[in-house]
Amino acid sequence: MRTGAGMKGARRVIVVVLLILLGGAASGAFLYRVPYDQQNRESFGAPPSKEHPLGTDELGRDRLARLLHGSRISLLLATAAALLATAIAGVVGAAAGHFGGWCARAFQVLVDLFLSLPWLFLLIMLRAILPLNVSPVVSLAITFALLGCLGWAGSARVIAAGVQSMHRSDFMLQARALGCRPSRLLLHVIPNLRPLLLAQLCISIPLFLLSEANLGLLGLGVAEPMPSWGNLLRELENFHAVSVNPWVLAPAVLLVTVVGCFHILLSGKESHA
Amino acid sequence: MMTLIRLFLAVALTGAAALHAGGELRFAIRSEPKTFHPAMVADENSDTIRYLTHGFLVRANRHTQELDPELAVSWKTSPDGRSIRFRLRTGVRFSDATPFTAEDVAHTLRALMDPELRSPVADSLRAGGRNLDVVAHSSHEVSVTFPKPMAGIESLFENVAILSARSPLKEKAVLGPFVLAEHVPGSYLLLKRNAHYWKKDKRGRALPYLDAVRVEIVQNRETELLKFRRNQLHFITNLEADHYSRLLAENPAWVKDTGPSLDVEMIWFNQVANAPIPAHKKTWFTSQAFRRAISMAINREDLCKVVYRGHARPAVGPFSAANRQWFNGSLKPHPFDVKAALKLLEQEGFQRKGEWLVDKTGQPVEFSIVTNSGSRNRERMAALVQQDLRAIGVRVNVVTLDFPSLIERISRNFNYEACLLGLVNVELDPNAQANVWLSSSSQHQWNPNQPTPATPWEAEIDRLMVAQATTMQQSKRKAHFDRVQEIVWQQAPFIYLINRNVLLAVSPELRNIAPSVLRPHVYWNVDSLELSGRTEVSRR
Repeated sequence: MRTGAGMKGARRVIVVVLLILLGGAASGAFLYRVPYDQQNRESFGAPPSKEHPLGTDELGRDRLARLLHGSRISLLLATAAALLATAIAGVVGAAAGHFGGWCARAFQVLVDLFLSLPWLFLLIMLRAILPLNVSPVVSLAITFALLGCLGWAGSARVIAAGVQSMHRSDFMLQARALGCRPSRLLLHVIPNLRPLLLAQLCISIPLFLLSEANLGLLGLGVAEPMPSWGNLLRELENFHAVSVNPWVLAPAVLLVTVVGCFHILLSGKESHA
Repeated sequence: MMTLIRLFLAVALTGAAALHAGGELRFAIRSEPKTFHPAMVADENSDTIRYLTHGFLVRANRHTQELDPELAVSWKTSPDGRSIRFRLRTGVRFSDATPFTAEDVAHTLRALMDPELRSPVADSLRAGGRNLDVVAHSSHEVSVTFPKPMAGIESLFENVAILSARSPLKEKAVLGPFVLAEHVPGSYLLLKRNAHYWKKDKRGRALPYLDAVRVEIVQNRETELLKFRRNQLHFITNLEADHYSRLLAENPAWVKDTGPSLDVEMIWFNQVANAPIPAHKKTWFTSQAFRRAISMAINREDLCKVVYRGHARPAVGPFSAANRQWFNGSLKPHPFDVKAALKLLEQEGFQRKGEWLVDKTGQPVEFSIVTNSGSRNRERMAALVQQDLRAIGVRVNVVTLDFPSLIERISRNFNYEACLLGLVNVELDPNAQANVWLSSSSQHQWNPNQPTPATPWEAEIDRLMVAQATTMQQSKRKAHFDRVQEIVWQQAPFIYLINRNVLLAVSPELRNIAPSVLRPHVYWNVDSLELSGRTEVSRR
């Protein structure tokens, strides 16, 4: 059985690992000034060397530069998408939990609908009807914005339940007894939602990282020549290449580490609660 | 004494590994055949089963690229090119012992023409929408008359599998070397030797040598490769270049590069007049100079080297040099010349503004190339083209779409700018490509379904394609199609990129193989294939 102090220590380590990874992703591309899209057609699929510490990919592009840029893009945009999803979830969930009645029933229907959608097909369908002639940066923003807009339902349900339980708490009972209006009550609810929103944000980030990786693996994620963890993982399709060039596993290792860290952090929070 | 025993063992083992009749040939297809009815075949997997089980009047020899007599021993076409008379082989029986006669040929052709059947095979046999007439003159002579002259008339019968008019088994009674014996959906098809197959070898032995063919359904290429390395499959066709290199490193005897295939990868610009794209882009796309400049800015040698690891050739036109009869040998691929490309663009009013190119109205030159997701080679080619075109200041956005969405855009709503796709050529005769070249066709990809040709050069292609399809003289047909290839080279409605090589993995146990660049690459002479040695022993 893990002690409280041990758990706290583990969480600190996880936070430090995450900060290192985030810091590395944010600054790495500035420190390692090799273009991520420059093709060296005389040296494709090259093993690690002094010039290319992680070798080159199948088009002769520096794998380390692509990993650093891809990490920055994936982490930054997954966080942005998670913020968007959490914001939508916060507004919708808080409104449903607070006002109840027909609002809560409509919310329930909407959430059920969103949770029952085959999101992967929906994403593919939405992406297919978007304009084609957009720059890779815009295409990237669209991909993550879509993820954010489609991924709020689960969080909203948790937030709505949190608001409802808050309504049954002593301080809310006292506020109502003192004649506080419902709109004013909401002002008391919102600050108390912060831990819940933070937890949902932490749940959403790894979810969106994995979603982008899924899209990338299908070739429907971030457009060429922009790197992301999703399209970098496509090198793993070639099983033989993985066994011969284990360094192609680098994006997978980073993805697993980040997603794992978030999960441990969250499970630590749950056990702490 | 010990030496004698060793010698005996050596002789015995050599004998065991020597050629022997029988055995089960095993290979894989990607997915389930959609039909077993030979008249309804429209996909490659169904065609595989049809090829192995059914009999045909004539068949293209994949080695000589000439038609070989099969169930027809000889044929004669009328001087006006409207009819053909076949003399049929005698003593041939279907797999259920029903005799083969001219009535079966007549029955097959009448069945194909039945509008109720909606046979895709029949499309090539209908001239101008009208049906053919077929008459059985005797039990072994049959003539077929078309409503209008048809060039290369005999090659139209290459895909017509003969059905029995009398057998109670209907289309299950076959004239090919094998009979479908077992089908486990999603797993395998087992074809067993047809005891009534008519062909014999030079020594009078009944063919085929093999007892059976097991066609496994393996979707994953890695799994297929693993099965080959474990000796569970005898060959793989259309190997990826990476897989080829891997097998080459393990055992050079396993792999064969048979040279450029007939398949071609290409880019085309959307030239549809009412396409929902900006007017200034339509002006670029309909400009011959623009298309030629883009073509000259693409380094095809790099596409071959980087994407296909050297197992491809820069493409010239609709046919590669693999089509010995129809390829126009006087043409060379558009040269890679960035300076010449820029000069052409300047003549057309384009100019560099800083890093990027703008047109005469000041619009930056930027377009998107769509391709299908999941094709790593096409995605890599698009990325290389993207970088090549950046060198002349053209910004390219690569968009990968799932296949149905891509087809919707390029064939129905025309909401795209440029497309990178491939053309699979199965047949050698240019008549098979008529639907691509005729401006009225729905497959005329850059501007389909034109009521009248939009440009003089498309009108000229239309005229030449009709002329080659109705001219009986082979030299004239060749001259007409050579001219089509020249116009296509000059106008570049398709920017041809590469012809990939046919890469094969073949077990050394498989004998008498004669790999061909034409489909089917390995088993086209399945009735002569033999296996040697034990097949269950793992190679690793």
